[in-house]
Amino acid sequence: MKFGVVVFPGSNCDADCYHVIKEVLGQEVDYIWHKQTSVAGYDALILPGGFSYGDYLRTGAIARFSPIMPAVIEFAGQGGLIIGICNGFQILLEAGLLPGAMLRNSSLKFICDTVHLKVRRDDTAFSQLLKQDEVIDIPIAHGEGNYYCDPETLEELKRENRILFTYCGSDGEEDHAFNPNGSVANIAGIINKQGNVLGMMPHPERCSEPILGGMHGRKIFASMLQFMQGVKC
Amino acid sequence: MYKANIYVTLKEGVLDPQGEAVKKSLHVLNYQGVSEVRIGKFVEVWLEAADQETARAELMEMSDKLLANPVIENFRVEMVEV
Repeated sequence: MKFGVVVFPGSNCDADCYHVIKEVLGQEVDYIWHKQTSVAGYDALILPGGFSYGDYLRTGAIARFSPIMPAVIEFAGQGGLIIGICNGFQILLEAGLLPGAMLRNSSLKFICDTVHLKVRRDDTAFSQLLKQDEVIDIPIAHGEGNYYCDPETLEELKRENRILFTYCGSDGEEDHAFNPNGSVANIAGIINKQGNVLGMMPHPERCSEPILGGMHGRKIFASMLQFMQGVKC
Repeated sequence: MYKANIYVTLKEGVLDPQGEAVKKSLHVLNYQGVSEVRIGKFVEVWLEAADQETARAELMEMSDKLLANPVIENFRVEMVEV
């Protein structure tokens, strides 16, 4: 399987994602510079974290109009797997591939921490190696991860079961006390209607090897791989 | 040449943590009458266009597309010929 890591000016988790795909999963991977206009030949795309365009105007707002983005949007429309992590999630929101928007953290602070996430579904392309209601530990690092959507959109996300990860306590309690940034309904990650696009604020690429203190992130990338292999067979 | 002042504000109901923090600070400074603070953006744009109508249409389009995020923000465009 061939992954592409889209690199914007200001991306800073691109090398981590590349490393996980190449060295941990042993798959083919390329960097795709944002000025390219095609994603032909890739089975899955990663929009990495960072501060594309210095977060000018709004996070992801300028990257969303990068030359590569029409191809990314087309790839999503064709059912290609896309994971947007942190700034990548923000770009997916600005591009309209996922609903909602990011606000400044309710604390107004940049948060760098490890949090508990509840896995709400284990039947998606991104979570099939996880277990429903399992609690995973995963690092976050963001100043604007306060997910917002209007009440109708939240209803729709709930009804269609598109909230994949929520911030929670060590026993899976989705309490406000475990919400690090003020996100509505403790949302940490959502998928699109078709289930092929995931946006999440936490960083799975930072916990995909034992030396980094955790392996939960690896399961997300490995789920994508297993899903694609299943489709191709 | 036209000069536009574009005001981007958070929609009603969207929490503004920055505004909240500034409000608290104003209370500390003893401006007890302050009941709400909302922080937005002010964007100045200079542009050439065939006529006023075209300029306004372009400004509305660029505000909707890029300058504001309609999910969380409203915008208002003021324009003068310069």
